[in-house]
Amino acid sequence: MSVDKDTVNKIARLSRIAISDAEADKMVGELNGILAWVEQLGEVDVTGVEPMTAVISNKLRLRDDVVTDGDVRDKVLANAPAKEGSFFGVPKVIE
Amino acid sequence: MTDFSRLGVAAIRDGVANGEFKAVEVAEALNTRVAAAKALNAFIVETPEMAVAAAQAVDADRAAGKPLGKMAGVPIGMKDLFCTEGVQTTAASHMLEGFVPTYESTVSANLWKAGAGMLGKLNLDQFAMGSSNETSYFGNVISPWRRNDGGNAALAPGGSSGGSSSAIAARLCPAATGTDTGGSIRQPAAFVGISGIKPTYGRCSRWGIVAFASSLDQAGPMARDVRDCAIMLEAMAGFDPKDPTSLDLPVPAWEAGLNSDLKGKRIGIPREYRLDGIDEDIAKMWDNGIAWLKDAGAEIVDISLPHTKYALPAYYIIAPAEASSNLARFDGVRFGLRDLPEGAGLQDMYAATRAAGFGEEVRRRIMIGTYVLSAGFYDAYYTQAQKVRALIARDFENAWASCDLILAPTTPSAAFGLGEKNADPLSMYLNDVFAVPASLAGLPAMSVPGGLDKQGLPLGLQIIGKALDEQAVLNAGLAIEERSGFTAEAGEWW
Repeated sequence: MSVDKDTVNKIARLSRIAISDAEADKMVGELNGILAWVEQLGEVDVTGVEPMTAVISNKLRLRDDVVTDGDVRDKVLANAPAKEGSFFGVPKVIE
Repeated sequence: MTDFSRLGVAAIRDGVANGEFKAVEVAEALNTRVAAAKALNAFIVETPEMAVAAAQAVDADRAAGKPLGKMAGVPIGMKDLFCTEGVQTTAASHMLEGFVPTYESTVSANLWKAGAGMLGKLNLDQFAMGSSNETSYFGNVISPWRRNDGGNAALAPGGSSGGSSSAIAARLCPAATGTDTGGSIRQPAAFVGISGIKPTYGRCSRWGIVAFASSLDQAGPMARDVRDCAIMLEAMAGFDPKDPTSLDLPVPAWEAGLNSDLKGKRIGIPREYRLDGIDEDIAKMWDNGIAWLKDAGAEIVDISLPHTKYALPAYYIIAPAEASSNLARFDGVRFGLRDLPEGAGLQDMYAATRAAGFGEEVRRRIMIGTYVLSAGFYDAYYTQAQKVRALIARDFENAWASCDLILAPTTPSAAFGLGEKNADPLSMYLNDVFAVPASLAGLPAMSVPGGLDKQGLPLGLQIIGKALDEQAVLNAGLAIEERSGFTAEAGEWW
């Protein structure tokens, strides 16, 4: 499988990363180089092998369904690039 | 007068505890060394006042007869991937420049509780993605080592924990934290002639560590000898309910358990690691390592890890896939950089912010990850890679039937020069060929110095152990350390 420039632009859009035309051109070669190399995984016989989900077997823990944190609004907002009062500020999303 | 830069973790801890010197004297001496080593660019932020404050608290506790922690009076460097309350934490990215956490990572909190102090935040590859420290937004870290050819070529300190490796090798700090996703503790340790251990996945809490690939990320200590690594790992590790993959197990007394008598231990030598065209200095060091472990009483056995060659390509699907998901949080809304072009809407703001805030390698990995997880390709890439990962883990399981530990080189070569490997991303990735399999299997693995190559540069020997058997790994590391006679250090040119 290999990618063309349209695909690279689509991946960039899905990744929410703006790229220029020149960057997209460069990325076509780089991604194809990497994808061609990982392609070798196709040689491996994985019949009957389950994909790994946990590297060290560990049971997911449950805890009591009670509030254990919160009440830290100002801490949560402390690093916001544009806060408005006690809210995160974003550009207008509704016309 | 004591040259405090020559003391390791154990020596500082014991000297402070015995009253030979004050913790404050150590902190001040190392603060001075850090401040004078700007040419290495190992630190992004220096925090001399925090090192002194922690030392004063230890001195006061000792004067009051209170019990002292495992790391009491030891100033360390903190990789700038660990969130530190009130101190900028960047992951070496523009995205997080100016980000000041309002909370402390579990591992760093454990270290402060044990009496350690912070000299500063150490440079690294951006979001821990890189093997040479050349992807940092805050500039390259320079290794204190130079080749013996009389040239002054700047060498890579390894990555991603390159600020940590450079600072320890230059004796700016006795120890530092590292994180290892696909070799980021072991490879930099090997490149500068120090020790570092990645424990079993789940030993150290990931809470408060900027996430790269969550199924692989694991914190660990880097220091100048094995004992110091054991002490610091004890202080860092432990169950944390805030990390769902944290192992709910007691922390073993690794330092007290150190024992370099390896009678009864079987050491596996994986034939697949002896690559065609292996560097002859690396091959020789590996043979020396085998001889040292034999001398320590171990039995050497040949083993096979048949899927070794597929570890790296599997890693370069799994790690970018997880990264693309983890790094989705950087949206220009809640924290970090925002780039809002004139008249842009929300979607354009996301795209502009992420283009401006992420470096080239980070953008590349996010895009690979997005691609391999996208509709139509998920099974062919991601599911296949996770199946191969299961086979790699099974290779190790099978090997444990005939051995207790595995010995291999840490890297395929000594440190390379800055700029020598960044034309082609693949050639950089290949540097982690020996480190990645243990990461994929979640196993404890350590690098210890194994000697110097023809250029006078350090090489590392890697020991891989069974899950949860850090003790055996440390013991074999100690056996090598006692026999290798490695005392070389970088000349102080900076």
